[in-house]
Amino acid sequence: MEKRVTFSRSTIGILFAVPQLLLIFTFFYWPAGQAVYWSLTLQQPWGGGNIWVGLDNFRSILANADYWNSITASLVFAGISTGLAMFIALVLAALTDRQLAGSRLYRVVLIWPYGIAAPALAMAFRFILAPEAGFMAVVNQVWPGFWDPGLDGADAMASIIVAFSWKYVGYNFIFFLAAFQAIPRSLIEAAAMDGSGVIRRFRDIQFPLITPTIFFLLVINITESFQDSFGIVDIMTAGGPANATNLMVYKIYSDGFKGLDYSGAAAQSIILMLLIIVLTIFQFRFIERRVHYR
Amino acid sequence: MTMIKRGLAALAVGALGTALAMPAFAEPVKFDFWFGLSGDLARVVDTMCKNFNESQKDYEVVCTSQGNYDATLQNTIAAFRAGKQPTIVQVYDVGTATMMLSGAYKPADKLMEENGYKIDYADYFPGIARYYATSKGEMLSFPFNSSTALMYWNKDAFAKIGKTEAPKTWEDVGADLKAMKDAGYECPMAINISANESWQLMEQFSAIHNQPIATKNNGYDGLDARLEVNKTKFVQYVTDLKKWYDAGLIKIKSKDLGQDMVQAFASGTCQMILTSVGDHGTVGRTQKEGMKWDVAELPVYAGTARKNSLVGGASLWVLSGKSDAEYKGAAAFLNFIHDPKTALFWSTNTGYIPVTKSGFDYMKADGFYDKAPYKGREVAIASLTASEPTEITRGVRLGNFTQIRAEFGTQMQAIFANKVSVQEGLDTLVKNGDAILDRFQQTYPGKTLP
Repeated sequence: MEKRVTFSRSTIGILFAVPQLLLIFTFFYWPAGQAVYWSLTLQQPWGGGNIWVGLDNFRSILANADYWNSITASLVFAGISTGLAMFIALVLAALTDRQLAGSRLYRVVLIWPYGIAAPALAMAFRFILAPEAGFMAVVNQVWPGFWDPGLDGADAMASIIVAFSWKYVGYNFIFFLAAFQAIPRSLIEAAAMDGSGVIRRFRDIQFPLITPTIFFLLVINITESFQDSFGIVDIMTAGGPANATNLMVYKIYSDGFKGLDYSGAAAQSIILMLLIIVLTIFQFRFIERRVHYR
Repeated sequence: MTMIKRGLAALAVGALGTALAMPAFAEPVKFDFWFGLSGDLARVVDTMCKNFNESQKDYEVVCTSQGNYDATLQNTIAAFRAGKQPTIVQVYDVGTATMMLSGAYKPADKLMEENGYKIDYADYFPGIARYYATSKGEMLSFPFNSSTALMYWNKDAFAKIGKTEAPKTWEDVGADLKAMKDAGYECPMAINISANESWQLMEQFSAIHNQPIATKNNGYDGLDARLEVNKTKFVQYVTDLKKWYDAGLIKIKSKDLGQDMVQAFASGTCQMILTSVGDHGTVGRTQKEGMKWDVAELPVYAGTARKNSLVGGASLWVLSGKSDAEYKGAAAFLNFIHDPKTALFWSTNTGYIPVTKSGFDYMKADGFYDKAPYKGREVAIASLTASEPTEITRGVRLGNFTQIRAEFGTQMQAIFANKVSVQEGLDTLVKNGDAILDRFQQTYPGKTLP
């Protein structure tokens, strides 16, 4: 006849999860739901009213050549900057891991770029890459007209890619270095005693063992390149010249906040969200297969 | 316990004291004023607010800079939706149409009338008043900081090519540019096309030449106005600019590239620029030692009867949903700003021009325009009052005009990068601009501009 006051497992689980769920609901699902609602209406910016327009916002966006240009630009930006940031970070981390002279210093210094806010970093790169005053002015002296991000879309795209990659090299570096250091020394030493060189050891032992990290960083970098690029674009190019760097996230900002077209911007952000979801699913579905978890 | 009791007693006494003191030292009514200027200009506004607060005891204006015009409008909208809007807000020229349809304001003329202030609206320069007034002429907001575009020209460079006067026509400009290039000047003229230069290149040009930017009298007569800059004199203007750019007579200068055009002019690198009279002070302060320069009205094409140029800047809107006491304060503040003495203070400390005839006369009588750093700014008034405003030169009243300006920049970049021809670029500008106007019209179904 022993009576015990107990909670069922699920109740207690839910109770513990409630604070977190509330946070997620308030800061994610509710705004996202609001965005969906806005994307299906035409909102007057001052809150004077709205009209239900169904999928009209999506239709007009998808029929707009500028929007497709923006998607292309975003994909190009995501692809190149992710590749660049990850490759450079991988090389740097591999070298640091080899305990070259001064590697303790690099370990600290290479992390710094990630700590710099995007607009500040963009400001610095704007000076560095200014065709008349900065470092590129020297190059322009030798080949006049070689570098002109003010009118040449490819140059402008290159500048924002450089700035973004520079920031994420620091971020990726931390993870890569941690991954390298988690590999048991004995494995590497054994391979070395068997006579394999640095490159061979990297290819056959280290690289396969850090694939989980590579995969993680790939997902994060691509996602961030769609979202975190805003500050850099805003300061360096403002989407120009001729829309060459008008990435999706920047277009959302300029249409929504500068143009006061809240509904169009909401619809664009829904599309961006779907695109990121699809890309992430794709990565988990097809790339993760090649990842070896230990 | 006793401590608490004593504390409570003290509080009660204090409260009583305050209550008793109320009639003698009435707390001034506080109200908010949000503005979009920053840096030096923000400090001038702050001083002006302080002057107002010290000039009387009943009201206290709290002035807050929101950084820039865009942010001011965005923040005000967000605040309005949350019911926490300021009483007065500064909204830039191109936000006028958006404000008029917002239903979020209290008409300025009504506010002043209700609170017993008599404002002589005929005293405003017509070119300024019409920009902000309804098509029927009612003032819904108060013109505040105002400027117009001028041509800045380097007298030394013009002396080298044997000229003592600024070119009056674009034909002359073409010849002068060439002469300067031949005389060894690397950059006879600087322009920018990437920021808001639609203002001086498209809007001012069109007004001075009495060319429409959009149908329906530039949008004053209805939300169904659509752009038509691809078939006016503006096409020839862009064609000429592009031709001069290709010949190396015009250089593009922007902050992103290293030096903006005002810096390029002040340092003597470039010999002509088209920019706001608001930059007059900056050029004077930062110019190369000993450089001689002056300002002139924007040139016109030969054979054009010059019309008034457009005002640029911002006006002050009073928002709805505030208490009567706050409105009283707002009216007093607007009346203070309207005063010619404030106009003198404002224009002396900024590059902006006075907005009323009485303000201008007061400043002239004060000898403002004879003194060295300010001499030349009267050209702006001459430009603004070159003619009685026509149906087209009243201003531009188009929805989401900020986006159309951005589209202008985009298409000019495409044209100058040789991606499209001038006509193609302007056709696209009209097509995309019309889509923006379409959308604006759909957002406000059944509404009309006042």
